[in-house]
Amino acid sequence: MTSTLTPVRSKRSALTRGQLPKYAPYAVLAAALIIGAAVLALIGFNALGWGVLSALLFAAGLVGWSAAVEGSRKAKDRLATCLVLGAFLVALLPLISVIWTVLVNGVPGLVTPGFLSSSMNGVTGVYDNKAAEDGAPVVGGIYHALLGTVQITLLATVISVPVGLLTAIYLVEYGNDGRLARAITFFVDVMTGIPSIVAGLFAAAFFFAVVGPGTKTGAVAAVALSVLMIPVVVRSSEEMLKIVPNELREAAYALGVRKWRTILKVVIPTAISGIASGVTLAIARVIGETAPILVTAGFATSINNNVFGGWMASLPTFIYTQILNPTSPSNPGPSSQRAWGAALVLIILVMILNLGARLIARIFAPKTGR
Amino acid sequence: MTATSLRSPQGAGRAGDKIFSGAALAAGCLILAVLFGVALFLVVQAIPALTAPADKVQGGAGFFPYIWPIVIGTLIAAIIALVIATPIAIGVALFISHYAPRQLAAGLGYLVDLLAAIPSVVYGAWGAAFLAREISPAYNWLAGNLGWLPIFQGPASATGKTILTAGIVLSVMVLPIITSLSREIFLQTPKLHEEAALALGATRWEMIRMAVLPFGRPGIISAIMLGLGRALGETMAVALVLSSGVLTASLIQSGNQTIAAEIALNFPEASGLKVSTLIAAGLVLFVITLGVNMIARWIITRHKEFSGAN
Repeated sequence: MTSTLTPVRSKRSALTRGQLPKYAPYAVLAAALIIGAAVLALIGFNALGWGVLSALLFAAGLVGWSAAVEGSRKAKDRLATCLVLGAFLVALLPLISVIWTVLVNGVPGLVTPGFLSSSMNGVTGVYDNKAAEDGAPVVGGIYHALLGTVQITLLATVISVPVGLLTAIYLVEYGNDGRLARAITFFVDVMTGIPSIVAGLFAAAFFFAVVGPGTKTGAVAAVALSVLMIPVVVRSSEEMLKIVPNELREAAYALGVRKWRTILKVVIPTAISGIASGVTLAIARVIGETAPILVTAGFATSINNNVFGGWMASLPTFIYTQILNPTSPSNPGPSSQRAWGAALVLIILVMILNLGARLIARIFAPKTGR
Repeated sequence: MTATSLRSPQGAGRAGDKIFSGAALAAGCLILAVLFGVALFLVVQAIPALTAPADKVQGGAGFFPYIWPIVIGTLIAAIIALVIATPIAIGVALFISHYAPRQLAAGLGYLVDLLAAIPSVVYGAWGAAFLAREISPAYNWLAGNLGWLPIFQGPASATGKTILTAGIVLSVMVLPIITSLSREIFLQTPKLHEEAALALGATRWEMIRMAVLPFGRPGIISAIMLGLGRALGETMAVALVLSSGVLTASLIQSGNQTIAAEIALNFPEASGLKVSTLIAAGLVLFVITLGVNMIARWIITRHKEFSGAN
């Protein structure tokens, strides 16, 4: 009883023989990182090169090892896994890079005193040259653009939400999947794909024909944005109305409630959280649109409180013009600082709207009971 | 008590029904009217440019010689974007649907959706200020080593503001579209197909190739088409990134132009016939994207019964 007959030499049984050990990927990753760092230390180190080289070494090492031990089918599977993971990491690079670039370049603009509370009225290249050459503070801000964005987006929302919501109600409650309902569904889908600049041209052409050539106001921009916003509102509200249980409608009908009251008092309150979050996402989508505003509202440098008269600035067009046509062509520095500051504000707005949509959907979700 | 008392006592309710259903119907018809109006007003405003004598139109050779190079430029930019974005997007979609741990998948999907949330002008600014600068050494390398290919002919642009950079920025913008649609389709693969493949001893990759990809093929195609529609019509990425010029075969020199960027750069200062010319260019873009989108939607509807992707 003091010694066993079969010595415990290896834990691996016949069943697990042609397999890589569990730690194999980690071991290969560690080796790839070390070799990658060593190679780059010889030719000059940079983080991106290290990442790419290590990833290539990791894939080659793991697939080669697997091919030797496990056979070609398993090796192909590992290669596919490496490629899929690689695709995901590559997709994250631009996201990180964009957010990092905007943060680094945008924070100096944002913390400049008066950036959020002053307009570009009277700010000329002279001030920018002073700021760039003598270190004077950068003057001018985005107040007018912020105001314009809020007004144009608000008006677009006021136009789009009733139209979009009513269309969704028609599709779900009255359409009965008839010919008209199917045509509307199809063309709403097609409308989703209209290039934003074409929507802008449409609004411009419409107002040129109806009001007079050269009509450029905030309201024209709002119409252009509505063309982009309506299909989003229709699609999301339609999905939300569809998932309202039919039992609720039937219960209301059984009590003798009219159809329109059923829709207003039963169906919409049940779906309101989804509809509200869909509308918020639609606002987030159009608030960053540049091209349609560029061709419909022009770009102003001063505060304009009238949506129906005169050119109007907005955050996206402010960024665009500050980059493309700096206030002082010889010293574009202050202009680009303002542009990045505005970009940071715009991204923060869009992120708040996106997170808000998620919060609305979660907080106001109908109680399922039980 | 007669039979009439069974009917609803208030007429107001019935009127409410009529008004409400009428309003819903009107809203639906308004959407059709708007889409029709887009086409109509673009055509009406574009007619002066199409009928004007050739020497009055910008470029002095008539509308079609003017529009032809920028249509080609638009296609080049969109194709670059798709060639880069499609494999990565399908990889990301597979990662989220079949590779990532269950608890992480939703969060990772949200991360990719964030890419779609960033405004296009910010991508344009990023492409012009960061990507173009960082990527121009790579263009020099391409011009030096692959310069014998017409598309990489040197000398490479010193600023990096080329159609290839614009295409890369566009690919980042269409990536989330293709990813989210493909992801939805991959998730709808019948579980039984996948389990049958695994039970026969297939590896995960063989299961994906035999069960997931054949099932999702129409969905992937339409997702790519929708991405193409977005890439064709995207304005800011090109307007800010590309230093435009005449049509050139080389992707790493400055030159080429897209319809959307041409409109955005020239419309604010345009007047008279120039406005008509640009609106006509917009009409061409509208027709192209409309065709692409309708084909994509048609593929989706045709396969709706068993893919449910929409």
